[in-house]
Amino acid sequence: MTRSTPLRSNARAAAPLTGAPGGSSHPARAGWSFVKPSVIPGFGLTFGYTILYLSLIVLIPIAGLFLKAATTPLEQIVRIATSPRTIKALEVSFGSSLIAALVNVVFGIVVAWVLVRYKFPGRRILDAIVDLPFALPTAVAGIALSTLYAPKGWIGSLFSDKGALWQWWHAQTWLPFGLHEFSLNFKIAYTPTGIVIALIFIGLPFVVRTVQPVLEEFETELEEAAATLGANRWQTITRVILPRLTPAVLTGFALAFARAVGEYGSVIFIAGNLPNISEIAPVLIVIKLEEFDQAGAAVIAGIMLVIAFVMLLVINLIQAWARRRFGNV
Amino acid sequence: MDIRVDTVRKEFARYPALNDVSLDIRSGELIALLGPSGSGKTTLLRLIAGLELPTAGRIYFGDEDASSKTVQERNVGFVFQAYALFRNMTVLDNISFGLSVRPRATRPPKAEIRRRALELLDLVQLSGLEKRFPQQLSGGQRQRVALARALAIEPRVLLLDEPFGALDAQVRKELRKWLREIHDRTGHTTVFVTHDQEEALELADRLVVMSQGKIEQVGTPDEVYDRPNAPFVFSFIGESSSIPVTVENHELWVGGRAIGLPAPHDAAGEAVLFFRPHDVELVEDGAALAGVVVATRRVGGTRRVELEVGGNPNRVEIDLPFDHPAGEKTRIAFRPKRWRVFPKG
Repeated sequence: MTRSTPLRSNARAAAPLTGAPGGSSHPARAGWSFVKPSVIPGFGLTFGYTILYLSLIVLIPIAGLFLKAATTPLEQIVRIATSPRTIKALEVSFGSSLIAALVNVVFGIVVAWVLVRYKFPGRRILDAIVDLPFALPTAVAGIALSTLYAPKGWIGSLFSDKGALWQWWHAQTWLPFGLHEFSLNFKIAYTPTGIVIALIFIGLPFVVRTVQPVLEEFETELEEAAATLGANRWQTITRVILPRLTPAVLTGFALAFARAVGEYGSVIFIAGNLPNISEIAPVLIVIKLEEFDQAGAAVIAGIMLVIAFVMLLVINLIQAWARRRFGNV
Repeated sequence: MDIRVDTVRKEFARYPALNDVSLDIRSGELIALLGPSGSGKTTLLRLIAGLELPTAGRIYFGDEDASSKTVQERNVGFVFQAYALFRNMTVLDNISFGLSVRPRATRPPKAEIRRRALELLDLVQLSGLEKRFPQQLSGGQRQRVALARALAIEPRVLLLDEPFGALDAQVRKELRKWLREIHDRTGHTTVFVTHDQEEALELADRLVVMSQGKIEQVGTPDEVYDRPNAPFVFSFIGESSSIPVTVENHELWVGGRAIGLPAPHDAAGEAVLFFRPHDVELVEDGAALAGVVVATRRVGGTRRVELEVGGNPNRVEIDLPFDHPAGEKTRIAFRPKRWRVFPKG
């Protein structure tokens, strides 16, 4: 360590002399620089393209959105933002996205585990099915789900009043405390529950696809080491395997969550879109637009963006911490 | 703890990795399983640990049949070639892991676990590094942490799978010496797998030489080196040269000429002569192996020459003093001082 210090300070001193970034002269090893030493040229081209592309596709539209919102008088912004309908819509949007992303974390890990660890006929087909929610038009998914989960649908009817599940439950007279009389009347479609189901569907691939490669690279030796040390399966899973998956799970969670917040197509069919009950923020934005209230739409969109951005930032920070803690995964 | 492996057989997808292997390991012994890759040495180690279950045969820990016990029940310390440290835990947490996962009834109190982990850290000479994470340690340090972690559960037997295989030569030698010290101090029955004969010869009380799923020879380093009982052992352990010979009239013949080596106990017929390249004497006259130098190279303090013996296409290597004037095409006659003859086949 001590020997390398003078070398490193030399390199830093030499850095300004080596000249232009991307030059063919030996770039300085240490010190801050735009360009990492690389044998592949093209820094200017790729960097310029990245900036242009991001500007055209992401930054300019978002800036336009905020400009539009900013032309609205502050008083009006506050009024739109604090109206009960807006607040409820944001609550429904972020709340159901959060629940859906959490559900996807649990099932995503299980699905990834099954796909990686077990060899069974049809594994590849199952693996391909995971990606279907990406490919299917979300409206199609929404219609299919709402048909299934509607009170008269295949699955919805099980849960509805006097449905099969209801009848089975009420037949369990042996249960203590008269539990069997507790009403098991779930309405799924046209409620926030339906929204969560649609969001689980569209977010499913994210956790699976981020966790899968990490599990594939996971050394079975670690499990064997834990076993030789006397750990049972549960201890091995919670203390050895899950901590290693944490960074990947967080990435998958962030992606699934972000995707769910922005989802529109599938939700509108299953949600029922009742104001103050099952109306998500994107629907409210569209309603505002249809009423030619562009300022109102821009304000709600701006609020959504800020909340989403802050949440993603927090997740990223947790992730960076996890990376440092658990090594590069 | 004595360990007895009784005619154990292990098949992977019908392919036998171990063929009816029997082995007695004495309590407190440091024993090396040595063999080329694919010889079944790691499989045998994993069978003892319980990480694999035998297709047939039994494994006894002392008088107790351990064959059907799970890994957890066997209470063995296992050290992997690639360390297999938990990188989400500090060095101290890694070492305490085995104690902290015990059921509440047998788990020592937290302070006690910590005290014992620190003690082990001291034993492996890494005091002061308890708060580090594995990825902040060098390879040698990681393997020492892995050993401390395995020792923490007070294992009945310590099993090491190529423990120094991923380390560079210098660290390897250091750790070898250090492992011997730890073994002498703690007295654990220790089995380690290696393909490095130097390591096995230097470290082990006894060697188990394996090839193709079978045990070829078991013995002390001296026995295995000086009295190899099979051609495989002779050529695998130490340097060796071999040449096809004929046994006739209780003498060895090469290309129709006697070479001055008696063979009173060997059956007449085709055979192979094995000897160590450094264990030869040069002779001026009389019956001997004679050959023409075809290549010569300097190896440390000696000169290794390759000879073509007789009209035979077979070449043998012998060691000469480095200042021996032999050059290419020089004719050299020599006799091995010690040798073994194995029937051809």
